[in-house]
Amino acid sequence: MKFNLRVFLLTCMVFSVLVLTACGSAATPVPTDVPTDVPVESPTEAPAEEATATSAPTEPVTDGDAPADGGALVVYSGRSEALVGPIIAQFSEATGIQVEVRYGSTAEIAATLLEEGANSPADVFFAQDPGGLGAVAKEGLFAELPEETLAKVPAEFRSPSGLWVGISARARIVVYNTDALKPEDLPADIADFTDPKWKGKIGWAPTNGSFQAMLTAMRVVWGEEKAKEWLEGIQANEPKVFDGNAPIVEAVGAGEIEVGFVNHYYLYRFLKEQGEGFKARNQFLTGGGPGSLVMVAGAGRLANGKNEANAIKFIDFMLSTVAQQYFAGQTYEYPLVEGVNTQGGLTPLAELKRLEIDMVDLDDLAGTTKLLQETGVLP
Amino acid sequence: MQVVKKTPFEPGRRDFRLPFDLNGMTLVLWGTAALVAVALLLPVVYLTVRALGAGSEAWQGLFRFRTLETLARTVWLAVVVTGASAAIAVPLAWLTTRTDLPLRRLWAVLTPLPLVIPSYVGAYLFVSAFGPRGLLQQILEPVFGVTRLPEIYGFPGALLALTLLSYPYLLLTVRAALSKMDPAFEEASRSLGQDAWGTFWRVTMPLLRPALGAGCLLTALYVLRDFGVVAIMRYNTFTRVIYVSYTTFDRSQAALLALVLVAITLFFLALEARVMSQARHFQAAAGPVRPTTLVALGPWKWPALAFCGTVVFTSLVLPAGLLFYWLVRGLGAGETIPRLELAVWNSVLASGLGAIAIVLAALPMAILVVRRPGRITRLLERLTYSTFALPGIVIALALVFFGANHVPQLYQTLPMLLLAYGILFLPQAVGAVRASLLQIHPNLEEAARSLGRSPLQAFFGVTFPLLRPGLAAGASLAFLTIMKELPATLILAPIGFKTLATGVWAAVSEAFFAQAAAPALLIILMSSLPMTFFILNEQRID
Repeated sequence: MKFNLRVFLLTCMVFSVLVLTACGSAATPVPTDVPTDVPVESPTEAPAEEATATSAPTEPVTDGDAPADGGALVVYSGRSEALVGPIIAQFSEATGIQVEVRYGSTAEIAATLLEEGANSPADVFFAQDPGGLGAVAKEGLFAELPEETLAKVPAEFRSPSGLWVGISARARIVVYNTDALKPEDLPADIADFTDPKWKGKIGWAPTNGSFQAMLTAMRVVWGEEKAKEWLEGIQANEPKVFDGNAPIVEAVGAGEIEVGFVNHYYLYRFLKEQGEGFKARNQFLTGGGPGSLVMVAGAGRLANGKNEANAIKFIDFMLSTVAQQYFAGQTYEYPLVEGVNTQGGLTPLAELKRLEIDMVDLDDLAGTTKLLQETGVLP
Repeated sequence: MQVVKKTPFEPGRRDFRLPFDLNGMTLVLWGTAALVAVALLLPVVYLTVRALGAGSEAWQGLFRFRTLETLARTVWLAVVVTGASAAIAVPLAWLTTRTDLPLRRLWAVLTPLPLVIPSYVGAYLFVSAFGPRGLLQQILEPVFGVTRLPEIYGFPGALLALTLLSYPYLLLTVRAALSKMDPAFEEASRSLGQDAWGTFWRVTMPLLRPALGAGCLLTALYVLRDFGVVAIMRYNTFTRVIYVSYTTFDRSQAALLALVLVAITLFFLALEARVMSQARHFQAAAGPVRPTTLVALGPWKWPALAFCGTVVFTSLVLPAGLLFYWLVRGLGAGETIPRLELAVWNSVLASGLGAIAIVLAALPMAILVVRRPGRITRLLERLTYSTFALPGIVIALALVFFGANHVPQLYQTLPMLLLAYGILFLPQAVGAVRASLLQIHPNLEEAARSLGRSPLQAFFGVTFPLLRPGLAAGASLAFLTIMKELPATLILAPIGFKTLATGVWAAVSEAFFAQAAAPALLIILMSSLPMTFFILNEQRID
């Protein structure tokens, strides 16, 4: 009996481990065919062009002044591997530059960069939101990016001092349960969700960086007083607090809440996994207020990085047509470079009635957190 | 019948304490202990450096009413979870070691396994199952017309999830103590007319006090440090306040708050020390333990089975089943799952090396604490636990601070990661080794020495073989907690070093559930392996 139980358990476990690992490998040939379902003029030409354009004069220089051990480009990514891994792999393939990526949350990675200071091994910081970029920029850890790189993106989506540049954009939207509501039931302005009729029906994630960016926009556009009133109004409606955007969308789909304040692209993943029957849809608020904020994920080059030229190549690649199409087609984000179209029925950025605001105005996170703590939203 | 020695050796006895004997053993012990102590001090030093940079605003933030309120809520949660864990763990431990419970060995293997479920995954699964519109509601709706279950979020959810995920800490320590306890005590009680119930309360429980104390301490500190559960259950604890400080890039305030956690830990340590000091003399029963006569449950076996079944179902079968469901649903919808071989290998490598390193570090600490009791060793013991309540991110950033700026050669290498694991998980292993060592009588080693063996020879010839179960217990605990560790792995692992835990995190944070399910199931399976063998081993000895 003793012996049998052991052997039985061992066999079960080994078998399950093998099956699980195998079902992973059976489904492997994924990352390479990523861009094929995106309408691309020529998937390989664009990066090749990019690479030769910037590298022809700089390549020998890089080899000369970069120390031999500084070979691989080190990217610290606050964006998850599921989102940016495939496009980074494509960069490596197209340019032959070896890339090593450390993934984490934007806040964790930014905190790590601040502790590392001048001794950081990182060349590029690829962040989920302007707040993280701003914190690193404030410590003077970023180097200025070249003018040609910056010029690819509209001025409002990059740092005015040229320290970081937006790569792709995300919209704040209201996700609603299709059983409970129709799009026309939703107000045009996020300010109107303080109406008592929304009591107990709202979900939000006050610890989330994108939510805090929206609140920062409220402080900038409305002023401290109105932003505080809005927070207090929503608090009075007893919103359900979530840990992030994904669980809000899940809860809206399950009918646990009727509306949620989230970023636009989470919905598409649920639709992909659970099908069109998933009972949640997005509504981009039409009022053009802070609820209609569009904000960027962006990147900056670390001043003490060993691979200056390759770091710039990396950022340029992320702003190339191929990469911008990847973000539009695979992560359902808004491309920032002109001439690349949005996907999945998303209204193009230019046609959105969005809040006019410079991304750099969104980096006062300390003030926003203070407001959240004063109103008792955050501990 | 074996003669029971009440206090066969007194902690402070002169002839066994060799403070000035500079033999190899002493050198090795104190040398390693000093190194370990320095490593353990790193986070506190880092926090102090950062806290000194705090402005007046950070200090005001510390004394805000809300901060103090959160502190009180956190301590309250720790206390209640510990109590609830004891209420589950003690009966389970007793049923699986002392009774004729049907399928006793199977329950013995299954009941501690929830410990292998990462808290950030477990809490998510409990919400999917018991949330207002979760799985349970969907089952109940067609039958009873329930459209909504009461809120799980907040205190009840945090209590439920933390208790179900952390009761194994108590279960393991209590069960180890029960299976090593000399049955003579209980037999004497029974022969003097006490029934099973009376024997349990008047004899067994008091004998269990040291194990209970150690287990409660681990559980309470685990609650203090946990971030995954409280974030998902939306219960604001102190770790969340620290996390909020980091998201605003205010490192000084985060450090100040983290130091408060260290202070709370010291408070819990003092509490445990009181329990231990009153209980120490019970622990000394030593020598070979005879098998116990099992209590016949009779008709009570049905409620006992129902209890074991309910606990195992909610804490293990349900979460694992849900993960499996996510995986199947995703695969059915044409989701693809990335390769996992490398992540499996990396996880095993890091956890295996980490477990070995931790046990090697824990051994001298435990020997000093048990065999050379004194002021310094007591301090050493406190020190081991002092950082146990700190969230992983704090330890990780402390090592970033020292590593990047002072030992760049080691920064973000595997040894550095192992060091972080050591700081994070050493107390668990020290606890296991110490408990085991307490039951090996020093007379054995003294006998070997009187026969001409050197202290090192005596230790490795006599004590070490007897200590192996304790070492195995410490190693398997370390193995599985490392396998699910996340923040330190993300920040300090060699770049590009992907583990199963980072795989789960990457997928869950972006709502790719099917992709999260496969590595999460693998974590559970792979850390169940050493756990199962350690438990079966323990049972065989028993």
